[in-house]
Amino acid sequence: MSPSPPNQPGRPEQVESPGSRRGSGRRSAGGREVAGRLPWMLVVPALAGLVFLVLPLAGLLIRAPWSTLPQRLAAPHVLEALRLSLVCASVATAVCLLLGVPLAWLLARVSFPGRRLVRALVTVPLVLPPVVGGVALLLVLGRRGLVGQWLEASFGITLPFTTAGVIMAEAFVAMPFLVISVEGALRGADQRFEEAAATLGASRWTVFCRVTLPMVMPGVVAGAVLCWARALGEFGATITFAGNFPGTTRTMPLAVYLALETEPEAAIVLSLVLLVVSVVILASLRDRWVSAS
Amino acid sequence: MFRRLSRWAIALPVAFALAGLSGCGSGADPGAAGTSSASASASAGGGAKEVTVFAAASLTGTFTELGKSFESAHPGTTVKFNFGSSATLAQQIVQGAPADVFAAASPATMKTVTDASLAASPTTFVRNRLQIAVPADNPAKVDELKDLTDSKVKVALCAEQVPCGAAAVKALDAAGLKVTPVTLEQDVKATLTKVELGEVDAALVYRTDVIASAGKVKGIEFPEAGKAINDYPIATLAKAPAGDLAKQFVDLVLSQQGKDVLTKAGFDGP
Amino acid sequence: MGERAVSLHAHLVVVRPAFTLDLTLEVAPGEVVALLGPNGAGKTTALRALAGLTPLSGGQIVLRGRPLHTLPADSRPIGMVFQDYLLFPHLSALDNVAFGPRCQGVSKAESRRAAAALLERVGLAGRAAAKPRQLSGGQAQRVALARALAVRPELLLLDEPLAALDAHTRLEVRSQLRRHLADFDGATVLVTHDPLDAMVLADRLIVIENGAVVQQGAPAEVARRPRTDYVARLVGLNLYRGVAGGAGVKVGELLLHTYEELDGPVFVAFPPAAVALYRTRPDGSPRNVWQARVEGVERHGDNVRVHLDGPISAFADITPAALADLDLTPGEPVWASVKAVETHAYPA
Repeated sequence: MSPSPPNQPGRPEQVESPGSRRGSGRRSAGGREVAGRLPWMLVVPALAGLVFLVLPLAGLLIRAPWSTLPQRLAAPHVLEALRLSLVCASVATAVCLLLGVPLAWLLARVSFPGRRLVRALVTVPLVLPPVVGGVALLLVLGRRGLVGQWLEASFGITLPFTTAGVIMAEAFVAMPFLVISVEGALRGADQRFEEAAATLGASRWTVFCRVTLPMVMPGVVAGAVLCWARALGEFGATITFAGNFPGTTRTMPLAVYLALETEPEAAIVLSLVLLVVSVVILASLRDRWVSAS
Repeated sequence: MFRRLSRWAIALPVAFALAGLSGCGSGADPGAAGTSSASASASAGGGAKEVTVFAAASLTGTFTELGKSFESAHPGTTVKFNFGSSATLAQQIVQGAPADVFAAASPATMKTVTDASLAASPTTFVRNRLQIAVPADNPAKVDELKDLTDSKVKVALCAEQVPCGAAAVKALDAAGLKVTPVTLEQDVKATLTKVELGEVDAALVYRTDVIASAGKVKGIEFPEAGKAINDYPIATLAKAPAGDLAKQFVDLVLSQQGKDVLTKAGFDGP
Repeated sequence: MGERAVSLHAHLVVVRPAFTLDLTLEVAPGEVVALLGPNGAGKTTALRALAGLTPLSGGQIVLRGRPLHTLPADSRPIGMVFQDYLLFPHLSALDNVAFGPRCQGVSKAESRRAAAALLERVGLAGRAAAKPRQLSGGQAQRVALARALAVRPELLLLDEPLAALDAHTRLEVRSQLRRHLADFDGATVLVTHDPLDAMVLADRLIVIENGAVVQQGAPAEVARRPRTDYVARLVGLNLYRGVAGGAGVKVGELLLHTYEELDGPVFVAFPPAAVALYRTRPDGSPRNVWQARVEGVERHGDNVRVHLDGPISAFADITPAALADLDLTPGEPVWASVKAVETHAYPA
């Protein structure tokens, strides 16, 4: 900025330079130290947290009945429950995407009275004990429920004890994860791109489909992944609303729970299967998205 | 953005999967942790002033009442209960839960504990028999076991893995009937709830549960229930921290006073 | 003039809690008007109002005899180039340009053909498949222009079209942009805070300060005869308001002799390079001499700009060599002079 030595701004700098050089020398040494050593106040709890999360998994692996594993895995009811779990979680995620993304858009982009209240309501399934969620679903959609009664009378549709009921219970519990994630992505997205699209003649629907949605896709994927994982592990709402019958409503977590009653080892096997399958699917999903971007 | 996403994509689902599974296990007995810590503090205090009783969920009402009598008969003593599925309780005892008394809803679950040499010589103190539970208005007009085979009648049974489910299978086999339920519930209370809400037309549950529902469901006796009587064994545990108090509690259950309370709730005598 | 002479007639009123924009704008077909002003003057607000992205509090916008202000942004026949271009990051350069035609219902193939032709026109035929983040700043700017032109707008709006570019790219992109604007036969409104961009690109300048027009005219006219301090600073002139009499122009306590002889309130302007500095009072021809005090010194291009305080505050541009000779330090007195022939006076 000021290359000319005689001008005054330069002078005080030079007068102070011995002191400031000492100071800056100390600062740079300290700076190197700070950058080099990890702060234990972060590292210790981080490692503790990791152990806390991973140790139960290790417990499952250690206690798994490895010798009888092949026979147990080949049992038809295991594959049946696994297939049902995967199908229901995936369909529930699709339902959440179909309903949750527009809901997130509404919350993020349209201001209407009571928006804060609506946003709070959306998160209710997060704090509601899933069993209570299941009872609530029964009260509304059950055979004698407010809507269920009408559904049965008008269309002959009953949801409890059906696979559709499992999907509904899972979607109910998992949707907040999607909505929150997508809404966050929408709020973080630069809305000026949407304005740019409008100046090019795009209607709001076109803007949403061709600009907004592609731009928040990472958030949508993250939300869908959370949503799917939550749906896959869903137990309380499912068993309460949809019941537990092999082939139609007995998903893996329900099978695990029942197995725990009599055969803890079988429960461990089922848990491992659920865990391995979900981790493999999520990891491959991630790779695909990372390379696609 | 993507790198961050990818980390979340792996970390969170794994966490959820674990959370979901652990939820399955602990859902059975929300009181387990509290109970064990309470009893641990009692033994740490030196005096055995606390009895910890692990009892089948179907004993909730009767044992709570007996616990109160025990406390007034032994001033300064508290009785802590852990009610839950018998199978889960048995697992917890095998895994080292500090219980004094175990009252199970089936000999099979008690066997888990005796096999581990954690209890000896259990005594059968009551028997429970099945009833057909129907909603108060009995919409499907069920009045005998054979009616449950009608495909238009929605039936809930307990899962075979839990005592009420095993009893139901025995009773139906004895009657030579084949029933296709819409659901196999994880415990008798859940089965009963489905009847109370009218989601099913009938279920096979214990007579005690029907009585406990206080009129919300109607119970129908059926002769084949006699073929599937469920024995309830009780035993003090070998490592009972409360020692003698544990035996005194079992004595109370086996006494005439205990019998009266249990019979009133719908149990049969041994 | 006839109806065809004015393409855009706009009276823009936007009222905000601490700010009011009130601006009248007329642009002829093919004309490029630059809105010039400091940050916060309201120039971007004006542009957004024209585009329909900011609602008008009052006034109207008429384009080719049709009201525009009643239409939503997506129905206005406009093309807009945004400051940081806002190219859709998930679309290729070609699809960015084809976006507008697609929205207007043109078939995919046709849109892409048109887009390819436009990319070729801006010299980017080879980059059609590139994603925006693979484009250099100058290329992105040209894609943004092509995208705006692809909708065949009647009104082209450019928001700081060159601000995001580095100095070198800017030079090149500026001359290309000028050529493209010359080819465009609709009305163009561009917003800039850079006087050079405005001078090169625009046929007419409108200077806005605090939401109102303070000066407008042809670039040369504005550059020669600034009427506010802001404009004077932009075009690099020392500007004073004074009262002209027979002997000269009285500016505060100082009497300045000017080339023009006028009467009444006037502006006097002279370039910093016309100011000469001396350690001692100079003798000889310069008629405007005053004693000043050095306020500060800064680098200015190849020269040094000296800020002077005194009876009038002024900038003086001197060479680094001269600075060394003079040994100027802030707070020191110095003599300043400017020749009458280098001053320029015009009615206020």
